[in-house]
Amino acid sequence: MKIYGVAILAVCFLAGHILGDLLGRAFHLTGNLGGVGFAMLLLILLHDRFNKKKMITAETESGILFWGSIYIPVVVAMSATQNVRAAVSGGWVAILAGILGTAACFALVPVFARFTHKTRNAS
Amino acid sequence: MNELVKLLDKNGLVFAFLVVGVIIWLSYLVSKKLTNGRIPGAAIAISAGLVIAYFGGEKGLASVPAFSGMALLGGSMLRDFSIVATAMGASFEEIKKTGWVGLAVLVMGTVVAFFAGGSIGYAMGYTDATSFATIGAGACTFIVGPVTGSALGASSDVIAISIAIGVIKSVTVTIATPFLAKRLGIDNPQTAMVFGGLVGSTSGVSAGLAATDVKLVPYGALTATFHTAVGCLLCPSILYFIVQSFLH
Repeated sequence: MKIYGVAILAVCFLAGHILGDLLGRAFHLTGNLGGVGFAMLLLILLHDRFNKKKMITAETESGILFWGSIYIPVVVAMSATQNVRAAVSGGWVAILAGILGTAACFALVPVFARFTHKTRNAS
Repeated sequence: MNELVKLLDKNGLVFAFLVVGVIIWLSYLVSKKLTNGRIPGAAIAISAGLVIAYFGGEKGLASVPAFSGMALLGGSMLRDFSIVATAMGASFEEIKKTGWVGLAVLVMGTVVAFFAGGSIGYAMGYTDATSFATIGAGACTFIVGPVTGSALGASSDVIAISIAIGVIKSVTVTIATPFLAKRLGIDNPQTAMVFGGLVGSTSGVSAGLAATDVKLVPYGALTATFHTAVGCLLCPSILYFIVQSFLH
């Protein structure tokens, strides 16, 4: 049943948000700290566990996969409801930060790639 | 006409499905026909969303009568719910196999993008800790930006900038990857995982690797998925506190 997958997703989502809220409160902030990240890690671990015990069917998985596939449309809706007119004044920030931030990450690829060759040779 | 607007407002979420469906269909058409698939349809659709929002009001398109449902579809509840769902594509065993390098690149990629993006924002006038963190988080991915921004209570225009940064990153990664792959040594699963973990941007990484070597796509996408989780975890917490201690 697809709803089982959606229910598993809902459990992870809520548990992650509760954890994030508790963490936020611990640091005296009103916001939610890393709730989405916790929820993702929880889903990965739960799915892994269920998969090993063969407790999850393809039908259940499809309930989760549907919501995963809807994330680009949701992000499109989100970007269509932002205060873009106010952001345009900072247009150059977006372009510079986007391109230079990406370049910095690209530059690190060969540095870390070297370590993977080392670990592979060692093992 | 008035009756129709009332009907669409009452069934806002359903109408939003239709609106977004049409935006995405047109964007993928543009991606295929005009750019030969070089710029991913998703990146065009998100950019189109930002352009459309420009012609709306404070809440973008949702400020226009009949389109109020867009705010629900693009709101934080459904956004976070669908992001969490994408994590199912990743396996904990695979990430363990890459060992400490796999973890190191996830943290390094997030930290480097965060401070590179945030510093540029700072240099251009966004000097408060919340804006620094939101803009820096946007340089991770267009998901981490708004998640961090709403957690820290950033203003909508800063959140919009963080989305724009993430979109530009996605486009840059998609276009640059096939050209730079050889020079960066991205020709095996291990390096592809390092690449995905450092760069993040799942849509950019998977589209860029697809143009490089289709066999590398799942490896890059795997670590890129984790990159978003690590970003959502670190940016509004530890990294924000570091920034706060410097800017106060």
